[in-house]
Amino acid sequence: MTEKVLLVDDEADFLDTLSERMRDRGMDVSTTTSAEDALKKLDAESYDAIVLDLMMPEMDGLELLKAIKKKKPELQVILLTGYATVGKGIEAMKLGAVDFLEKPADLKVLTEKIKEAQANKMVIVEKQMEEKMKNIIRVKGW
Amino acid sequence: MKGNWEVLGGAGLQFFGNMSASISHEIKNALAIINESAGLLEDLSLRAEKGIPVEPERLKKQTSSILKQVRRMDGIIQNMNKFAHSIDEPLKTLDVTQTVTLVNNLSSRFAAMRGVVVAYQAPSAPMMVHTSPFLLENLLWLCLYVAMNAAGTGKTINLLTEKTEGGVRVRFTPLDRISGTTGREFSEERMEALLAALQAEINIDEGKHELSLSIGAVPIEL
Repeated sequence: MTEKVLLVDDEADFLDTLSERMRDRGMDVSTTTSAEDALKKLDAESYDAIVLDLMMPEMDGLELLKAIKKKKPELQVILLTGYATVGKGIEAMKLGAVDFLEKPADLKVLTEKIKEAQANKMVIVEKQMEEKMKNIIRVKGW
Repeated sequence: MKGNWEVLGGAGLQFFGNMSASISHEIKNALAIINESAGLLEDLSLRAEKGIPVEPERLKKQTSSILKQVRRMDGIIQNMNKFAHSIDEPLKTLDVTQTVTLVNNLSSRFAAMRGVVVAYQAPSAPMMVHTSPFLLENLLWLCLYVAMNAAGTGKTINLLTEKTEGGVRVRFTPLDRISGTTGREFSEERMEALLAALQAEINIDEGKHELSLSIGAVPIEL
């Protein structure tokens, strides 16, 4: 199944090349250099995973992570950054990131993380559907 | 004149640490792009090995991207080297325009994070002052930090350097919110110590939305 991924990073050259390599591997990739645009894209589309830089202009990665989790808690966010510290990593995981990778990253590792994220999301969505169904049955009294 | 660390104490180390972290982040970003370009070239060569045609344009694009990032890293490392050597001599005769350029380059990531553009066109003539290179960098950074928080319309700060009777003045303009940021930042112990050590003075002109830093020559102790 094709993984649908959103890459968010303020380095346009990085996005161009990484997305090209990911598309060559069969992934459906969208990119943006702006945190604000990323939030707009989330309203319009559904993604299996978001790969996010920690240091972004105006709204940093952790702020964006909070906003994403508030908007769509089921979304799987992987942080990919050149500004890795243990403290930031812990903070990101507490805020709901599923992984924290350091730049430059190995595409094989990133791809595996994305596949894991897609599987996690499917489990969460299935559970949500199950809850919805149970709720409908309870309300309707079937 | 007191040594760099006597004036700054732990704050000096913090400044050094902040700049080093920012530099390492910039280097990591450039390395990440080179890593992806090299990876893509590897992907393309594997295809070529299998007899799948590879468009020359894709190869050219990636080699030019690598060259661009090498030039970028060279610039970053040159700045890092200048910054590291600024603690070699406690006092020296230097060109303030070069120090302003260096601090501006080192601060570019911080400015980008705030969505601020800092523009500086160094004049062709040097502006020499006898002073402490590291303390001057620290003071310019503090002024720039305050200026970034007070940046005005369009969030572009212009840096202007001009000669004065006893030294050099650096102006930061326009700062629309400068009236809201005066006081606290400049009364800090660190700022006071820096101003005294560098024979410097800060003026805020709320009407002109401007902060200016006048640097005098530090007397040579014999």
